[in-house]
Amino acid sequence: MFRGIYKIVSNKPLTKDVFEMILSGDTSAITAPGQFINIKLDGFYLRRPISICDYDNNTVTILYKVVGGGTEAMSRLESGAELDILCGLGNGFDVSKSGEKPVLIGGGVGVPPLYNLCKKLIESGKKVTVILGFNTASEIFYKEKFESLGAEVYVSTVDGSSGVKGFVTDVLKDIEYDYFFTCGPMPMFRAIEKIASSSGQYSFEERMGCGFGACMGCSCKTKYGNKRICRDGPVLEREEIIW
Amino acid sequence: MVNTKVMLCGIELDNPVIPASGTFGFGYEFAELYDINCLGTFSFKGTTKDPRFGNPTPRIAECESGMINSVGLQNPGVEAVIAEELPKLKKCFSKPVMANVSGFSVEDYAYTCEKLDGQEQIGWLEVNVSCPNVHGGGMSFGTSPEAAAQVTKAVKAVTKKPVIIKLSPNVTDIVSIAKACEDSGADGISLINTLLGMRIDLKTRKPVVANKMGGFSGAAIKPVALRMVYQVSEAVRIPVVGMGGVSNAEDVIEMIMAGATAVEVGAANLVDPFACRDIVENLPKVMEKYGINNLNEIKGCAHNG
Repeated sequence: MFRGIYKIVSNKPLTKDVFEMILSGDTSAITAPGQFINIKLDGFYLRRPISICDYDNNTVTILYKVVGGGTEAMSRLESGAELDILCGLGNGFDVSKSGEKPVLIGGGVGVPPLYNLCKKLIESGKKVTVILGFNTASEIFYKEKFESLGAEVYVSTVDGSSGVKGFVTDVLKDIEYDYFFTCGPMPMFRAIEKIASSSGQYSFEERMGCGFGACMGCSCKTKYGNKRICRDGPVLEREEIIW
Repeated sequence: MVNTKVMLCGIELDNPVIPASGTFGFGYEFAELYDINCLGTFSFKGTTKDPRFGNPTPRIAECESGMINSVGLQNPGVEAVIAEELPKLKKCFSKPVMANVSGFSVEDYAYTCEKLDGQEQIGWLEVNVSCPNVHGGGMSFGTSPEAAAQVTKAVKAVTKKPVIIKLSPNVTDIVSIAKACEDSGADGISLINTLLGMRIDLKTRKPVVANKMGGFSGAAIKPVALRMVYQVSEAVRIPVVGMGGVSNAEDVIEMIMAGATAVEVGAANLVDPFACRDIVENLPKVMEKYGINNLNEIKGCAHNG
């Protein structure tokens, strides 16, 4: 974990309420895709934990959805503004456990952490399939970005306005894969758990206090004992999760 | 050169800054970030006789200048604390640590304190009779002078270590409870634990935390804490450890002026993991700014005149 001041390089909407923010600063504490940063905002007591979408030696990209006062305030920040951030939190995805043909399944604002994961898996020679689930066509983001990494990308929309009509599982049931990585809402997780034919990793979301393992605000029970979503997660392996 | 040393129940602290229980784990998460030996000491995670998972999630709600938690005393139980946590702590912290203890019966408190009494690393026992997040325990012992006295006596009977009773602000007369603890042999009083609070989510129309209510802490509660530290320190002769909303070195000095001997820092650690290190570093500068050479000379000065 690193605490530092990061400068906003850009902050722009991708859809009606999902924004992409690029920050410049020290990224040395990031060790795996699927980790998150925790952002201090003026006027808000607790930090905002947001997953890392992509990073390089000196920039971090995050995608966030405006869901409340904090993210609304974030959406109004302009390039050049500086933010106090804890960087490189959580365990992230363990790419070493992936098979040769992994599938990445993202639901809505659960899509972002899969982007750098996809990059890492393709770099290591895996044949990656990506399933992106949204409610409707106007909510879709990053489809082309995943395609340009070289992944085979499927989209599902609940209303059928783009891609397969239905849910990510309506795509998943018909494709071939030997491992999965997923991030998204709990109902999607439960649906995946019912039909998934391989081992995999789930990235969870929970209300956090500190984000670095001190407060026990986001504890959960697993088959391997109590874990803190912020520090021992947010990624848990399929085999350890108690549903 | 200013002097930041203070004496707490017969043990000298290099400075009065003490991370509060439940915001600092067993220290080693923070030791990865900085050398925690810079602290006066710290109060470790509230420990009970048996292991506890705690309350369902969500356990956290944000508030204006503060937060609500309903963790519910998650801890591995006193046996595991002694067997696993203390040895890990020993590798990164060489000072006496404050052990925070909670229970659901007088016997629970005595059992846990007796176990911890044998641990050399432990300097003080901070006995929490004020957790608002567990039913049928914790706070129920801190809301009447009789029950608080009973716990104090039972704990004092099983330990030679200094016993500090941690009090709840969720009472009508905190002074009478503090005095009952003093009369029963307590070596110190720490206050305040969190204020019982609530938030409601407008979208779900339900309380934000699963347990409905939780403990409200953070900068917002500092005026309440200062008032209670002031009242209690006026009424008892034993040392008072002040806490509640302390976030910076100025707040530490304010607590000491209200009558505190040492000062605990809670929620601030969760917002900024380096908060206590920064407070320790800034304290001498702030003392100089206000013409304070020695913290003992300002202890309780707000009571004068």
